[in-house]
Amino acid sequence: MAPVATPFFFYLFAAIMVIGGVMVITRKNPVHSALALIVALLAQASIYLMLYAPFVAGVQIILYAGGIMVLFLFVIMLVSIDRSIRERQFNSQWVVGLIAATALGGLLIAVYTKGTNIFPEHALSVVENDNTQQVATMLYGQYMFPFEIASLLLLVAIIGAVVMAKKRI
Amino acid sequence: MESILHITTLHYLVLGAALFLLGVIGVLTRRNVVIVLMSIELILNAVNLNLVAFSRMWGGLHGQIFAIFIITDAAAEAAVGLGILIAFFRNKETVNIDEVNLLKW
Repeated sequence: MAPVATPFFFYLFAAIMVIGGVMVITRKNPVHSALALIVALLAQASIYLMLYAPFVAGVQIILYAGGIMVLFLFVIMLVSIDRSIRERQFNSQWVVGLIAATALGGLLIAVYTKGTNIFPEHALSVVENDNTQQVATMLYGQYMFPFEIASLLLLVAIIGAVVMAKKRI
Repeated sequence: MESILHITTLHYLVLGAALFLLGVIGVLTRRNVVIVLMSIELILNAVNLNLVAFSRMWGGLHGQIFAIFIITDAAAEAAVGLGILIAFFRNKETVNIDEVNLLKW
């Protein structure tokens, strides 16, 4: 199936993601940051759809925008943000941080400009239907062991989160 | 013009790099722990975008599987990180990361 207006939607969602990211790291109020992050995550789900990854897009919306961000909003509700809003928002080493990030960006630009011939020009033909079935087959077949490890990791994380957040165990 | 209108893997990689840098800037410069954790989520999302783009490029699904595992890790990381944040807030009544200096010598 030929994609329709791919460049337009790519740049639209890319702009939404970058603007959302900038809003996340510049807003004073953490609630505004969380809402901007949700918008960025939803735009990223659209980008996954453009990359023919509908299952990852669904997981992104349900788990990230639906689950993790609700967790963030709950914690923002639990901790008092009145004081932190009135305080200085950026720490004293922000110049060094910006310089380090700029250096990392320069490194990435160098890699991407020098290494373009590593990447093939055109996207390979990928199987575009039955994405979910194929992901499930791989997840429960070839990636069985990492899948079980992931479930163990989630169990440990649940127990750890309860131990951390509970006042008296 | 051709390279702008023809979306290749490199476009997705550049977008991922931009998000990654935004996340790094947020982690390095912000004082609010909640926003630092959100910046870490931005970084993980940039990695996920790269993985899915490479998965598309090579025509397999391994990258998408990796992206799902990273989303799982992000959920675990957010749960534990926010649990630590609640414990810290209970003890110090602040979410300022500059005051997390209990183990500083």
